[in-house]
Amino acid sequence: MRVRGFHWALGLIGGGYVVLVAAMLLADLSATSPGHLLAAFRTPEIRAALALSLASSAASTVLSLAVGVPLGYLLARARFPGRGLVELLVDVPLVLPPLVVGVSLLLVMRGPFGRAVHEVIPLVYEPAGVVLAQFAVCGAFATRTLRTTFTHLSPRTEQVARTLGCTPWQAFKLVALPEASRGVLAAATLTWARAFGEFGPVLVFAGVTRNKTEVLPTTIYLELSVGDLETAMAVSLLMVAVSFAVLLALRRLAPETPA
Amino acid sequence: MIELRDIAVQQGAFALAGVTFRVAAGAHAVVMGPTGCGKTTLLEVIAGLRRPTRGRVLLDGDDVTDRDPAARHVGYVPQEAAVFRTMTVRANLAFGLTVRGRPSGPTVAALAERLKLTHLLDRRAVGLSGGEAQRVALGRALAFGPRVLLLDEPFNAADAATRADLIALLTDERARRPLTILHVTHDRSDGTAADAVLTNLFPP
Repeated sequence: MRVRGFHWALGLIGGGYVVLVAAMLLADLSATSPGHLLAAFRTPEIRAALALSLASSAASTVLSLAVGVPLGYLLARARFPGRGLVELLVDVPLVLPPLVVGVSLLLVMRGPFGRAVHEVIPLVYEPAGVVLAQFAVCGAFATRTLRTTFTHLSPRTEQVARTLGCTPWQAFKLVALPEASRGVLAAATLTWARAFGEFGPVLVFAGVTRNKTEVLPTTIYLELSVGDLETAMAVSLLMVAVSFAVLLALRRLAPETPA
Repeated sequence: MIELRDIAVQQGAFALAGVTFRVAAGAHAVVMGPTGCGKTTLLEVIAGLRRPTRGRVLLDGDDVTDRDPAARHVGYVPQEAAVFRTMTVRANLAFGLTVRGRPSGPTVAALAERLKLTHLLDRRAVGLSGGEAQRVALGRALAFGPRVLLLDEPFNAADAATRADLIALLTDERARRPLTILHVTHDRSDGTAADAVLTNLFPP
């Protein structure tokens, strides 16, 4: 039973963190009431924020995967000049303070390129801007996860597919991508969770206009700024509940037992 | 026929210099050499997966040095088998045919029978034993009717009986149609399978 003792020791070390998370949730719970929760859920503005939160984080997840899959694959497999630089650049959103991401986006939009984009899709203080602000950060998470995924997959199966008559594109689509499906799902989960909770860049770039660009994290900020802790915590718990539902659904898509 | 003319490969500290040989059409040749001497690299060059820094590769007289792997009609069985684990065994065997839009049913059924894989056909190709995976990889490489078959340590995971079976299958395959086999190994006893043994291709 040595293993049991070993697992107990690990549990004691790691358990501290689990307790901290649980304590935070309990504290949130105690700072609000069922009445506030119900009221929050009934408020049309908060419902609109929830809807925009769900829609924008789904959209930015799709966008993040759309760039993360090709970029992650290239960084894992291809050798090209400037690869190290690209690798550094895609990590930048991970280290930049979220607020700075928002300010940087605003500055880009002030330039000639940004103004040209604005003619086609208005972004600043617009709902589409919420998606861009989330995507600016989440693209990095998706790329990093997918690069690791492709690095751990042997290129051999794709090579065999090539000898069997596949074009590089076919080998990627028929062999590499299906093999990476777990990684894609992991990237989707991480990206969605991050997008759903994204606050800094959204606040700076898209602002908080009720019924227009307000998402749940910015709702919480608004409620806290007017001193309504009960409603703020009610919305937080609403976010936790929605995240649980989405993350559980995603997990069902990929059981963790080895395939 | 497989012909290599003065093939050189340079990658980092690893180098292969001036490899020249010819395997007659329809022959089964074995290349012997210790682990790490460049046997796998040689097969990759023939399959078109690695560009040589110098030299030419000819298959049945065609210079294929600059040709895409998909257009070389070479069956390749890597040492690690590299089965497509997201697909069934059947889809693995059929792959070279389905990707070309050709019917695969009868070919796959016959190959599975001869490779003793029929009972596994509808199983996903995960959790196969080493020997099963190796047989799937061999069937997959043969199904589309390549003119050249490249085998990288194909009998590593096979017991004596399976080995004899596989050698019989390869001999049979060569009797049916034009097929040249190049087989690399570090195991001297594999030489008995071949009608030509190439040694000292890799000067130290």
